[in-house]
Amino acid sequence: MEIYGLGIVALCMFVGSFIGMGLGNLLGISGNVGGVGFAMLMLILVTNHFEKKGKPFSKRTSNGILLLSSLYIPIVVAMSARQNVVAAFEGGAVAFLSGGVATIGALLLVPLITKLTIKENNE
Amino acid sequence: MMDIINTLFTSYDLVAALGIVALIMVISYGFADMIGQRRMGSAIAIVVGLVLAYIAGKYTGGEKGLADVSLFTGVGLLGGGMLRDYAIISTAYGIDLKNIKKAGLPGIVSLLVGVLFSFIIGAAIAALLGYTDPADITTIGGGAVTFVVGPVAGSALGASSDVIALSIAAGVVKSVLTMIITPFVASIIKLDNPTSAMVYGGLIGTTSGVAGGLAATNAELVPYGAMTATFFTGLGSLLVPSIGYMLVNAIF
Repeated sequence: MEIYGLGIVALCMFVGSFIGMGLGNLLGISGNVGGVGFAMLMLILVTNHFEKKGKPFSKRTSNGILLLSSLYIPIVVAMSARQNVVAAFEGGAVAFLSGGVATIGALLLVPLITKLTIKENNE
Repeated sequence: MMDIINTLFTSYDLVAALGIVALIMVISYGFADMIGQRRMGSAIAIVVGLVLAYIAGKYTGGEKGLADVSLFTGVGLLGGGMLRDYAIISTAYGIDLKNIKKAGLPGIVSLLVGVLFSFIIGAAIAALLGYTDPADITTIGGGAVTFVVGPVAGSALGASSDVIALSIAAGVVKSVLTMIITPFVASIIKLDNPTSAMVYGGLIGTTSGVAGGLAATNAELVPYGAMTATFFTGLGSLLVPSIGYMLVNAIF
Protein backbone atom coordinates (compact mmCIF):
# COMPACT_ATOMS: atom_id res chain seq x y z
CA MET A 1 0.00 0.00 0.00
CA GLU A 2 1.12 3.56 -0.70
CA ILE A 3 1.07 4.45 2.98
CA TYR A 4 3.74 1.78 3.60
CA GLY A 5 6.09 3.74 1.35
CA LEU A 6 5.39 6.95 3.27
CA GLY A 7 5.90 5.03 6.51
CA ILE A 8 9.25 3.61 5.41
CA VAL A 9 10.55 7.09 4.60
CA ALA A 10 9.18 8.38 7.92
CA LEU A 11 10.94 5.58 9.80
CA CYS A 12 14.23 6.33 8.02
CA MET A 13 13.78 10.03 8.84
CA PHE A 14 13.29 9.37 12.54
CA VAL A 15 16.12 6.86 12.89
CA GLY A 16 18.47 9.06 10.84
CA SER A 17 17.60 12.21 12.78
CA PHE A 18 17.96 10.32 16.04
CA ILE A 19 21.52 9.38 15.05
CA GLY A 20 22.16 12.95 13.86
CA MET A 21 20.91 14.52 17.08
CA GLY A 22 22.79 11.97 19.20
CA LEU A 23 25.93 12.84 17.29
CA GLY A 24 25.24 16.56 17.81
CA ASN A 25 24.91 15.92 21.55
CA LEU A 26 28.14 13.95 21.63
CA LEU A 27 29.96 16.74 19.82
CA GLY A 28 28.47 19.32 22.16
CA ILE A 29 26.56 21.27 19.49
CA SER A 30 22.81 21.52 19.62
CA GLY A 31 21.36 20.33 16.36
CA ASN A 32 21.09 17.54 13.92
CA VAL A 33 24.47 16.58 12.46
CA GLY A 34 23.83 14.96 9.10
CA GLY A 35 20.53 13.39 10.16
CA VAL A 36 19.03 13.65 6.68
CA GLY A 37 22.15 12.03 5.27
CA PHE A 38 21.91 9.11 7.69
CA ALA A 39 18.23 8.71 6.81
CA MET A 40 19.04 8.64 3.07
CA LEU A 41 21.77 6.09 3.64
CA MET A 42 19.34 3.97 5.61
CA LEU A 43 16.70 4.12 2.87
CA ILE A 44 19.33 3.06 0.31
CA LEU A 45 20.57 0.21 2.51
CA VAL A 46 17.04 -1.00 3.25
CA THR A 47 15.90 -0.99 -0.38
CA ASN A 48 19.15 -2.58 -1.62
CA HIS A 49 18.85 -5.23 1.08
CA PHE A 50 15.32 -6.21 0.06
CA GLU A 51 16.22 -6.20 -3.62
CA LYS A 52 19.18 -8.49 -2.96
CA LYS A 53 16.91 -10.88 -1.11
CA GLY A 54 14.70 -10.91 -4.20
CA LYS A 55 11.83 -9.20 -2.38
CA PRO A 56 11.70 -5.63 -3.74
CA PHE A 57 8.95 -3.29 -2.50
CA SER A 58 5.57 -3.81 -4.14
CA LYS A 59 4.47 -1.43 -6.88
CA ARG A 60 2.06 0.39 -4.56
CA THR A 61 4.60 0.74 -1.75
CA SER A 62 7.12 2.22 -4.13
CA ASN A 63 4.41 4.54 -5.53
CA GLY A 64 4.15 6.08 -2.06
CA ILE A 65 7.88 6.85 -2.04
CA LEU A 66 7.79 8.11 -5.62
CA LEU A 67 4.89 10.46 -4.80
CA LEU A 68 7.04 12.07 -2.12
CA SER A 69 10.08 12.44 -4.32
CA SER A 70 7.97 13.90 -7.13
CA LEU A 71 6.83 16.58 -4.68
CA TYR A 72 10.41 17.50 -4.02
CA ILE A 73 10.82 20.27 -6.60
CA PRO A 74 7.49 21.94 -5.71
CA ILE A 75 8.60 21.90 -2.07
CA VAL A 76 11.89 23.58 -3.07
CA VAL A 77 9.85 26.25 -4.86
CA ALA A 78 7.78 26.81 -1.70
CA MET A 79 11.01 26.92 0.28
CA SER A 80 12.47 29.63 -1.93
CA ALA A 81 9.21 31.59 -1.58
CA ARG A 82 9.70 31.71 2.19
CA GLN A 83 13.33 32.84 2.32
CA ASN A 84 14.27 36.20 3.74
CA VAL A 85 15.27 37.55 0.33
CA VAL A 86 14.94 41.16 1.47
CA ALA A 87 17.61 40.60 4.14
CA ALA A 88 19.91 39.04 1.56
CA PHE A 89 19.56 42.14 -0.63
CA GLU A 90 19.94 44.60 2.21
CA GLY A 91 22.70 42.75 4.04
CA GLY A 92 25.27 45.06 2.57
CA ALA A 93 28.55 44.48 0.79
CA VAL A 94 29.99 42.03 3.33
CA ALA A 95 27.09 39.63 2.94
CA PHE A 96 27.11 39.88 -0.86
CA LEU A 97 30.86 39.56 -1.27
CA SER A 98 31.51 36.79 1.26
CA GLY A 99 28.48 34.76 0.18
CA GLY A 100 29.09 35.41 -3.51
CA VAL A 101 32.84 34.80 -3.68
CA ALA A 102 32.56 31.67 -1.54
CA THR A 103 29.89 30.30 -3.88
CA ILE A 104 31.67 31.04 -7.15
CA GLY A 105 35.01 29.81 -5.80
CA ALA A 106 33.47 26.58 -4.55
CA LEU A 107 31.75 26.02 -7.91
CA LEU A 108 35.10 26.35 -9.68
CA LEU A 109 36.63 23.78 -7.31
CA VAL A 110 34.11 21.12 -8.38
CA PRO A 111 35.97 19.81 -11.48
CA LEU A 112 39.29 20.04 -9.65
CA ILE A 113 38.26 17.91 -6.67
CA THR A 114 36.35 15.49 -8.91
CA LYS A 115 39.46 14.93 -11.02
CA LEU A 116 41.82 14.77 -8.05
CA THR A 117 39.85 12.22 -6.05
CA ILE A 118 39.07 10.04 -9.06
CA LYS A 119 42.81 9.86 -9.74
CA GLU A 120 43.47 8.85 -6.13
CA ASN A 121 40.75 6.24 -6.38
CA ASN A 122 42.41 4.63 -9.36
CA GLU A 123 45.85 4.50 -7.84
CA MET B 1 -17.12 37.95 0.24
CA MET B 2 -13.52 38.84 1.15
CA ASP B 3 -14.13 37.36 4.59
CA ILE B 4 -15.12 34.03 3.09
CA ILE B 5 -12.03 33.99 0.86
CA ASN B 6 -9.83 34.89 3.83
CA THR B 7 -11.32 32.12 5.93
CA LEU B 8 -10.87 29.62 3.11
CA PHE B 9 -7.21 30.44 2.68
CA THR B 10 -6.43 30.40 6.38
CA SER B 11 -8.31 27.23 7.28
CA TYR B 12 -7.01 25.31 4.24
CA ASP B 13 -3.53 26.82 4.41
CA LEU B 14 -1.48 23.82 3.27
CA VAL B 15 -3.86 23.07 0.41
CA ALA B 16 -3.72 26.73 -0.60
CA ALA B 17 0.08 26.51 -0.65
CA LEU B 18 -0.02 23.41 -2.87
CA GLY B 19 -2.35 25.26 -5.23
CA ILE B 20 -0.14 28.36 -5.31
CA VAL B 21 3.00 26.31 -5.99
CA ALA B 22 1.18 24.40 -8.73
CA LEU B 23 0.24 27.75 -10.27
CA ILE B 24 3.86 28.97 -10.05
CA MET B 25 5.03 25.74 -11.71
CA VAL B 26 2.45 25.97 -14.53
CA ILE B 27 3.45 29.54 -15.33
CA SER B 28 7.20 28.84 -15.04
CA TYR B 29 7.14 25.70 -17.17
CA GLY B 30 4.88 27.46 -19.67
CA PHE B 31 7.41 30.27 -19.92
CA ALA B 32 10.31 27.78 -20.17
CA ASP B 33 8.52 26.02 -23.04
CA MET B 34 7.90 29.34 -24.73
CA ILE B 35 11.62 30.16 -24.78
CA GLY B 36 12.43 26.56 -25.77
CA GLN B 37 14.30 25.73 -22.53
CA ARG B 38 12.07 23.15 -20.84
CA ARG B 39 14.86 22.07 -18.46
CA MET B 40 15.00 25.60 -17.05
CA GLY B 41 11.40 25.26 -15.81
CA SER B 42 12.22 24.42 -12.21
CA ALA B 43 14.95 27.09 -12.07
CA ILE B 44 12.47 29.67 -13.31
CA ALA B 45 9.94 28.46 -10.73
CA ILE B 46 12.54 28.85 -7.96
CA VAL B 47 13.39 32.37 -9.12
CA VAL B 48 9.68 33.23 -9.24
CA GLY B 49 9.46 31.95 -5.65
CA LEU B 50 12.38 34.17 -4.62
CA VAL B 51 10.90 37.21 -6.37
CA LEU B 52 7.56 36.63 -4.63
CA ALA B 53 9.43 36.26 -1.32
CA TYR B 54 11.18 39.60 -1.98
CA ILE B 55 7.93 41.39 -2.81
CA ALA B 56 6.19 39.86 0.22
CA GLY B 57 9.14 40.72 2.47
CA LYS B 58 9.04 44.35 1.32
CA TYR B 59 5.27 44.48 1.79
CA THR B 60 5.04 42.79 5.21
CA GLY B 61 8.46 43.60 6.64
CA GLY B 62 8.63 39.99 7.83
CA GLU B 63 11.40 37.43 7.56
CA LYS B 64 9.55 34.52 6.01
CA GLY B 65 8.78 35.86 2.56
CA LEU B 66 5.41 34.83 1.16
CA ALA B 67 4.61 32.90 4.34
CA ASP B 68 4.19 36.20 6.20
CA VAL B 69 1.21 37.15 4.01
CA SER B 70 -1.86 35.87 5.87
CA LEU B 71 -3.36 34.27 2.74
CA PHE B 72 -0.19 32.26 2.10
CA THR B 73 0.92 31.03 5.53
CA GLY B 74 0.76 27.46 4.25
CA VAL B 75 3.82 28.15 2.10
CA GLY B 76 5.76 28.25 5.37
CA LEU B 77 4.64 24.71 6.19
CA LEU B 78 5.05 23.31 2.67
CA GLY B 79 8.49 24.89 2.25
CA GLY B 80 9.56 24.34 5.85
CA GLY B 81 12.23 22.04 7.19
CA MET B 82 9.94 19.11 8.00
CA LEU B 83 8.46 18.44 4.55
CA ARG B 84 11.72 19.47 2.84
CA ASP B 85 13.73 16.84 4.74
CA TYR B 86 10.98 14.23 4.34
CA ALA B 87 10.93 14.75 0.57
CA ILE B 88 14.75 14.91 0.32
CA ILE B 89 15.08 11.54 2.03
CA SER B 90 12.61 9.96 -0.38
CA THR B 91 14.77 11.02 -3.34
CA ALA B 92 17.37 8.48 -2.18
CA TYR B 93 14.96 5.73 -3.24
CA GLY B 94 16.33 3.79 -6.19
CA ILE B 95 19.97 4.81 -5.69
CA ASP B 96 22.41 2.02 -6.42
CA LEU B 97 24.85 1.36 -3.57
CA LYS B 98 27.68 0.99 -6.09
CA ASN B 99 27.43 4.66 -7.08
CA ILE B 100 27.72 5.75 -3.45
CA LYS B 101 30.80 3.64 -2.84
CA LYS B 102 32.42 5.07 -5.94
CA ALA B 103 31.92 8.63 -4.72
CA GLY B 104 32.73 8.08 -1.03
CA LEU B 105 36.24 9.52 -1.05
CA PRO B 106 35.46 12.51 -3.27
CA GLY B 107 32.51 13.22 -0.96
CA ILE B 108 34.63 13.33 2.19
CA VAL B 109 37.43 15.37 0.58
CA SER B 110 34.97 17.88 -0.88
CA LEU B 111 33.22 18.32 2.48
CA LEU B 112 36.45 19.23 4.29
CA VAL B 113 37.72 21.45 1.48
CA GLY B 114 34.27 23.03 1.07
CA VAL B 115 33.81 24.08 4.71
CA LEU B 116 37.37 25.40 5.07
CA PHE B 117 37.35 27.20 1.71
CA SER B 118 34.05 29.02 2.31
CA PHE B 119 35.08 29.94 5.84
CA ILE B 120 38.48 31.34 4.81
CA ILE B 121 36.96 33.38 1.96
CA GLY B 122 34.21 34.78 4.18
CA ALA B 123 36.60 35.60 7.02
CA ALA B 124 39.14 37.20 4.66
CA ILE B 125 36.47 39.44 3.10
CA ALA B 126 35.19 40.46 6.55
CA ALA B 127 38.77 41.39 7.55
CA LEU B 128 39.34 43.28 4.28
CA LEU B 129 36.15 45.30 4.80
CA GLY B 130 37.29 46.48 8.19
CA TYR B 131 36.12 43.98 10.80
CA THR B 132 38.82 43.48 13.45
CA ASP B 133 37.13 41.52 16.25
CA PRO B 134 37.99 37.79 15.85
CA ALA B 135 34.48 36.77 16.95
CA ASP B 136 32.90 39.00 14.25
CA ILE B 137 35.28 37.72 11.57
CA THR B 138 34.60 34.11 12.54
CA THR B 139 30.83 34.69 12.53
CA ILE B 140 30.82 36.24 9.04
CA GLY B 141 33.12 33.47 7.82
CA GLY B 142 30.62 31.02 9.28
CA GLY B 143 27.84 32.76 7.34
CA ALA B 144 29.77 32.14 4.13
CA VAL B 145 29.66 28.44 5.06
CA THR B 146 25.86 28.37 5.51
CA PHE B 147 23.21 30.59 7.09
CA VAL B 148 23.01 28.14 9.99
CA VAL B 149 26.73 28.00 10.75
CA GLY B 150 27.02 31.82 11.04
CA PRO B 151 24.45 32.16 13.85
CA VAL B 152 25.72 28.97 15.56
CA ALA B 153 29.27 30.37 15.64
CA GLY B 154 28.09 33.90 16.45
CA SER B 155 26.08 32.92 19.49
CA ALA B 156 28.81 30.57 20.70
CA LEU B 157 31.42 33.36 20.49
CA GLY B 158 29.21 36.22 21.68
CA ALA B 159 29.10 38.27 18.47
CA SER B 160 26.57 41.12 18.29
CA SER B 161 23.15 40.55 16.75
CA ASP B 162 23.76 42.75 13.69
CA VAL B 163 26.87 40.75 12.83
CA ILE B 164 24.84 37.56 13.23
CA ALA B 165 22.17 39.02 10.92
CA LEU B 166 24.89 39.81 8.38
CA SER B 167 26.19 36.26 8.57
CA ILE B 168 22.69 34.94 7.88
CA ALA B 169 22.46 37.30 4.90
CA ALA B 170 25.79 35.98 3.57
CA GLY B 171 24.43 32.45 3.82
CA VAL B 172 21.20 33.42 2.07
CA VAL B 173 23.17 35.11 -0.73
CA LYS B 174 25.13 31.88 -1.15
CA SER B 175 22.01 29.76 -1.24
CA VAL B 176 20.15 32.03 -3.67
CA LEU B 177 23.17 32.51 -5.93
CA THR B 178 23.75 28.75 -6.03
CA MET B 179 20.16 28.11 -7.12
CA ILE B 180 20.38 30.70 -9.87
CA ILE B 181 23.82 30.15 -11.40
CA THR B 182 24.22 26.37 -11.11
CA PRO B 183 22.23 25.51 -14.27
CA PHE B 184 24.28 28.06 -16.23
CA VAL B 185 27.72 26.81 -15.14
CA ALA B 186 26.82 23.10 -14.93
CA SER B 187 28.47 22.23 -18.24
CA ILE B 188 31.60 24.30 -17.47
CA ILE B 189 32.21 22.56 -14.14
CA LYS B 190 31.20 19.16 -15.60
CA LEU B 191 28.27 18.73 -13.23
CA ASP B 192 26.74 15.82 -15.13
CA ASN B 193 27.38 12.62 -13.15
CA PRO B 194 26.72 11.28 -9.62
CA THR B 195 30.35 11.70 -8.52
CA SER B 196 30.62 15.36 -9.50
CA ALA B 197 27.17 15.97 -7.97
CA MET B 198 28.42 14.59 -4.65
CA VAL B 199 31.54 16.75 -4.88
CA TYR B 200 29.36 19.76 -5.72
CA GLY B 201 27.11 19.07 -2.71
CA GLY B 202 30.14 18.76 -0.45
CA LEU B 203 31.80 21.92 -1.72
CA ILE B 204 28.78 24.23 -1.77
CA GLY B 205 27.00 22.68 1.17
CA THR B 206 23.95 24.89 1.53
CA THR B 207 21.25 22.22 1.37
CA SER B 208 18.58 24.45 -0.15
CA GLY B 209 20.97 25.95 -2.70
CA VAL B 210 22.38 22.57 -3.70
CA ALA B 211 18.94 21.01 -3.95
CA GLY B 212 17.54 23.92 -5.94
CA GLY B 213 20.59 24.21 -8.17
CA LEU B 214 20.63 20.50 -8.98
CA ALA B 215 16.86 20.36 -9.43
CA ALA B 216 17.22 23.06 -12.06
CA THR B 217 20.17 21.32 -13.71
CA ASN B 218 19.24 17.65 -13.67
CA ALA B 219 16.75 16.35 -11.11
CA GLU B 220 18.34 12.90 -11.15
CA LEU B 221 21.46 14.34 -9.49
CA VAL B 222 19.58 15.86 -6.53
CA PRO B 223 19.95 12.91 -4.14
CA TYR B 224 23.72 12.65 -4.69
CA GLY B 225 24.34 16.33 -4.01
CA ALA B 226 21.84 16.48 -1.15
CA MET B 227 23.46 13.49 0.51
CA THR B 228 26.85 15.17 0.97
CA ALA B 229 25.37 18.64 1.50
CA THR B 230 23.42 17.42 4.49
CA PHE B 231 26.67 16.75 6.37
CA PHE B 232 28.05 20.19 5.50
CA THR B 233 26.16 22.33 8.02
CA GLY B 234 26.93 19.87 10.82
CA LEU B 235 30.61 19.81 9.95
CA GLY B 236 30.65 23.61 9.68
CA SER B 237 28.89 24.03 13.03
CA LEU B 238 31.58 21.82 14.47
CA LEU B 239 34.71 23.25 12.81
CA VAL B 240 33.97 26.98 12.56
CA PRO B 241 33.45 27.90 16.23
CA SER B 242 36.38 25.69 17.30
CA ILE B 243 39.26 25.36 14.82
CA GLY B 244 38.05 28.30 12.72
CA TYR B 245 37.95 30.66 15.70
CA MET B 246 41.39 29.51 16.87
CA LEU B 247 42.80 30.18 13.40
CA VAL B 248 41.28 33.68 13.22
CA ASN B 249 42.38 34.41 16.77
CA ALA B 250 45.96 33.42 15.95
CA ILE B 251 46.07 35.78 12.94
CA PHE B 252 44.34 38.87 14.42
